[in-house]
Amino acid sequence: MGAVPHWHASPPAAPAPTPTLPHAAREGGSGLTSLVSITGLSKRYGPVTAVDAVDLEIARGEFLALLGPSGSGKTSLLRLLAGFETPDAGRIVLDGQDVARTPPYDRPVNMVFQAYALFPHLSVAKNVAFGLEMEKRPRAEIESRVAEALKLVELEALAGRRPDQLSGGQRQRVAIARAVVKRPKLLLLDEPLSALDRRLRERTRAELKDLQARLGLTFVMVTHDQDEAMAVASRIAVLNHGRIAQMGPPAEVFDRPADRFVAEFLGDCNLLEAEVLAPDRVRLRGEAIELLVRPMDRPAGAAVTLALRPGKILLGPDGRNMLNASVESIEYLGDLSRLTVRVGAATRLVLTQVNRAGPLPAVGDGLFLTLPPETLVALPA
Amino acid sequence: MSAGSRLALLLPAFWLLLFVGAPLLIVLEISFSEVISAIPPYAPVLRWGEEGLRIALNPENYALLIGDDLYIHSLLSSIRIAATSTFLALLVGLPIAHGIARAAPRHRPWLLLLVILPFWTSFLIRVYAWIGILKTEGILNTVLLTAGLIREPFVILTTEWAVHLGIVYAYLPFMVLPLAVALERIDPAFREAAADLGARGWSIFFRVTLPLARTGIAAGCLLVFIPAVGEFVIPDLLGGPGTPMIGKAMWTEFFGNRDWPVASALAIVMLVLAAGGILALDRVQRRSGEGLS
Amino acid sequence: MRKANSPLGLTGMTLGFVFLYLPIVLLVIGSFNAGKAVNVWSGWSLHWYAQAFRNEQLVAALWVSLQVGVAAASIATLIGTAGAFALTRLPKFHGRGAFRLGLLTPLVIPEVILGLSLLLLFVRLDLDRGIGTVILAHATFGAAYVAVVVHSRLSTFDRALEEAAMDLGATPMRAFFKVTLPIVLPAVLAGWLLAFTLSLDDLVIASFTSGPGATTLPQRLYGQVRLGVSPEINAVSTLLILGVTILVIGASLVSKQRNAS
Repeated sequence: MGAVPHWHASPPAAPAPTPTLPHAAREGGSGLTSLVSITGLSKRYGPVTAVDAVDLEIARGEFLALLGPSGSGKTSLLRLLAGFETPDAGRIVLDGQDVARTPPYDRPVNMVFQAYALFPHLSVAKNVAFGLEMEKRPRAEIESRVAEALKLVELEALAGRRPDQLSGGQRQRVAIARAVVKRPKLLLLDEPLSALDRRLRERTRAELKDLQARLGLTFVMVTHDQDEAMAVASRIAVLNHGRIAQMGPPAEVFDRPADRFVAEFLGDCNLLEAEVLAPDRVRLRGEAIELLVRPMDRPAGAAVTLALRPGKILLGPDGRNMLNASVESIEYLGDLSRLTVRVGAATRLVLTQVNRAGPLPAVGDGLFLTLPPETLVALPA
Repeated sequence: MSAGSRLALLLPAFWLLLFVGAPLLIVLEISFSEVISAIPPYAPVLRWGEEGLRIALNPENYALLIGDDLYIHSLLSSIRIAATSTFLALLVGLPIAHGIARAAPRHRPWLLLLVILPFWTSFLIRVYAWIGILKTEGILNTVLLTAGLIREPFVILTTEWAVHLGIVYAYLPFMVLPLAVALERIDPAFREAAADLGARGWSIFFRVTLPLARTGIAAGCLLVFIPAVGEFVIPDLLGGPGTPMIGKAMWTEFFGNRDWPVASALAIVMLVLAAGGILALDRVQRRSGEGLS
Repeated sequence: MRKANSPLGLTGMTLGFVFLYLPIVLLVIGSFNAGKAVNVWSGWSLHWYAQAFRNEQLVAALWVSLQVGVAAASIATLIGTAGAFALTRLPKFHGRGAFRLGLLTPLVIPEVILGLSLLLLFVRLDLDRGIGTVILAHATFGAAYVAVVVHSRLSTFDRALEEAAMDLGATPMRAFFKVTLPIVLPAVLAGWLLAFTLSLDDLVIASFTSGPGATTLPQRLYGQVRLGVSPEINAVSTLLILGVTILVIGASLVSKQRNAS
């Protein structure tokens, strides 16, 4: 066994956050708190099933992110909610009414479009007023509600501008004002941040979350960016092949993925093949390594895949599941370093560590690792 | 489909059936009819007799077109004149299109406008303008005589030269526009890569630029060739008896000889010819992602 | 790096433009010639313009052409815009290929065929030939041009704008009139202008489809041109060129301004 490295492991960056309870409690409630209730919703385009018998409850006031790769059905699901597509089967009950076959202009649902779809021939104020004019509201009411909506997004000064005279961030705020001025029961956002550059995107994320809290509206956002989903949403539904692979608060989905797809889609993940010895113990395939894991409901002898986030691995001997490892490669990433290490005969693990003062380990160094048992999640193999 | 959408489809569909589809079918029908002295001057092909519908197909108009050298000659001559004019238009159009594609971006819209503007001014007037230049006591001959370059005035008007010139002149915008668009789209990096690999000016142009612009060249050539084959005004005003063209022949049969059935048969022949060109144009435009799809 | 024009390329382009414009310039100069001969300059004069205005047949023909042009362009705009809309916006319908072909046919078949076929239709329908039949004929080929111009604008039009309008409560019909039409309006107007100038210009189709008392300006000019060159025709041509140029440049300036504001 190699010497204990002088580069000392830092303590874990943060304890694994526990699932946020308030939301969990809200979800647990009866249908009374549910705003939208989707059952058996399906949509096919020729031979492709875009949405496959989806069941989904959306609670009043929540911020739900529909997350998935392209072609996973998230956009189709959003368009079904908006009314741009008609389902082949299933129901969408919105506030007690089945709207699955209601045209978009008769639904109390509004959308913030991906590239905002601001009308280029109308001023900012006219864009925001458009939906109220369609409702044939009195002039005075339209004016005061438009002013209120523009104030909400801090664009009062630009009311007379044309969309092509606005910056990307301003356009996005007009698109939001235009949708919320209608006081929809449900606000849909189609990749609302994808048209912004990276720095603006991070700031706008916080604004979006803040806006949702202030308005108390129910938001459903489509995104393919897992960081964005985790940063803003109170709940995430991960979609794959037209089905919901997993749904829950961000930390739960990240820490306890339901299957391989979710584990890999939400950031890096070590996946290890193993055999069950006991409800809380496994042996890595092809290795003489036994590990304690998060308790599971699997018979002894069953094959499982263990999911382990690189950030959960600790350097240094720190409790149970200690392993000897040797460093194979190091990537320096600024705040973090990513290490690829070998344990046992032929098992590779990737782990990330926060860079603190002090030297980094070198390729070929031996180290002690600790894999905290509660972070080792068994997935169906 | 909403009521508005249905109207958007049915209104033009009805119009096209009545004013494009039906007329062409009538032309086809009359091309099989017999000329008679009456108003209208042809015998009906479809007749309701006592024993029901009677069809009297008369193939003689087509037999006449094949049998009479005059028609074959004017057809071949139309194709030849249209083809050489198209090639000449390409030669004249390439430098213009190339110049526009290489011009500074802020100049380009103005240069394109300069190409399009003649297209907006009357075709007839533009052809007429050449009569004053080309006729025996016209501007060109006067200039050449005064400069001492020739002793006797040229006879250009009423020759095939004048017809070629007229077609190149009248249809040049159709050649230049697709060419300019195609040349402009070529990434300068291709020319730089060719130069980097040792190619020089002209060989870059012929081996890289032209092949990359080939869909634009094909579109431009077809846009000139298709209407030129059926052209009437240019051969009529600038050409003479020695420049028979099929469009002119049809006009003469109709207005001069009042032979509607032969004129119709000629129209059908031209239509088949045009259809070939149009199909080719359609393929070219689909490949370059333009046109109505 | 963009390689600018070489002296050779610049010369080629300049010669090309000289070729395009010299005949028109000579025609315009000829209209101010006091004498009748094309090749002899007899001093500046507006004589031929005065004579053109006194020519009642020419003025009457111009009036016919303007009426035909406005009516035909307006019908063509309605049908061509509807056709372009049907091609870009409706779900794939049965016979779409035939519809597209029919819309394009007047654009590509020789004018003599279009003229002959429409005449034969009018004879079959027993319609008296006159200004009405010319309008129908010009509307038919004008619609094809309008359809191409509007189609190219509609096919680059972001469908999300129409969806956004419906999302905000507009029915498909209102979405079309409040959002789609205002945005494609410059293309629709350009289509109208194109159909109008083509109608003003057409000789062949009008010759087939017009009747006595409905002689258009190109028909009248053609009749005179066949008799020989005359500075009076140059004068009328100059006025026509001037009118159309002002119309086209004015329209493009207006559309530029709309885009800029």
